[in-house]
Amino acid sequence: MFTFLHKYGSPQHFYRLSRGLAPWFGGASALLFAAGLYGALLLSPPDYQQGEGVRIIYVHVPSAWMSLMVYVIMAAAGGVGLIWKVKVADAFARASAPLGAAFTFLALATGSLWGKPMWGTWWVWDARLTSELILLFLYLGYMALQTAIEDRRTAARAGAVLALVGLVNIPIIHFSVLWWSTLHQGPTLRPFAPPAIHMSMLVPLMVMAVAFMLYFAAVVLVRTRNELLELERNSNWARELAAEEAAR
Amino acid sequence: MNPRRRRIVIAVAVMLIGVGTAAALALRAFQENLLYFYSPTLVAAGEAPANRKFRIGGLVVPGSVMRNPDTLAVSFALTDTLHQVRVNYEGILPDLFREGQGIVANGELLADGTFGATEVLAKHDENYMPPEVADALKAAGSSLDYSKFKHQQ
Repeated sequence: MFTFLHKYGSPQHFYRLSRGLAPWFGGASALLFAAGLYGALLLSPPDYQQGEGVRIIYVHVPSAWMSLMVYVIMAAAGGVGLIWKVKVADAFARASAPLGAAFTFLALATGSLWGKPMWGTWWVWDARLTSELILLFLYLGYMALQTAIEDRRTAARAGAVLALVGLVNIPIIHFSVLWWSTLHQGPTLRPFAPPAIHMSMLVPLMVMAVAFMLYFAAVVLVRTRNELLELERNSNWARELAAEEAAR
Repeated sequence: MNPRRRRIVIAVAVMLIGVGTAAALALRAFQENLLYFYSPTLVAAGEAPANRKFRIGGLVVPGSVMRNPDTLAVSFALTDTLHQVRVNYEGILPDLFREGQGIVANGELLADGTFGATEVLAKHDENYMPPEVADALKAAGSSLDYSKFKHQQ
């Protein structure tokens, strides 16, 4: 594990790898967004109860999934950085946080816009909504910690501990609608059960979910690369790279 | 694995287990407060708080909705298929309010056993389908399905 991480986890290697990968992820994401939005807004039918209002799920649900996924990835990267002292993992965790916060905000905002006409209220303090709001605060706390501590190593360590402690919130968000009575409805997609959503709506939803994932992959690679350049600005490979770019 | 890394791995593992246990215990202790609403069965069993506002959730019993034609007053029965509670409300109902629909009402239990609501919210379920499919299902004769309306005892 150690040798693997240090071979492929060197900033220089990661920089070159991510520079090659990011445009592919970005391009695939743009294509899937175009297809997904076309399916979501034009091809898919209105809901039998919510009418056209149901279309907000094509943004709300993928961003809510991403808010959880990005947090787990961020905490895992933080943990790898903490244990194996991998600079790339630290940079990756740091680069993920604002993206995760943006997905969380998008999930909360779209949910609120949907809640007013459907439920009759913008916001309720049920277990699902409250735990998702706590997730937003965890992201913001992580970002504040990164800005407040000037030394990158210390900031990464403190951030990793916060992210790992906050990991406890993730199963709480996921299972909140099953453990307690909430205003938020239960899960539509469950393991070992047929989906409670019609195929004509499930397909665009899944396309949008994959588009969101690829978007995250593309942007987090660019952001991580940026973090690495800043971190390694005095190293030989960064200087060589700068000279290379300048010569072009 | 060198001693420093082993120490950190153990520290992280202990931290995760510790935080997880603490959260589980705290959530168990506050179980009751985390319920967003009480079911009619809990209310019938006297487990709902007396003399203070709480929320009640259930399905609107088909045929139980009575409206006052001159005011916004409306009265309906909520059920969890075991017990029923009659709810009185005066105000605007959400768009999704209809018979057979999941509803959460905020208010107080009155002396006559009815529930005086100050707020009525629609609880949407997790089913999404086009209107034609819903019509086909209805034609096939689906009845009140409380299992779709999540609640815990």
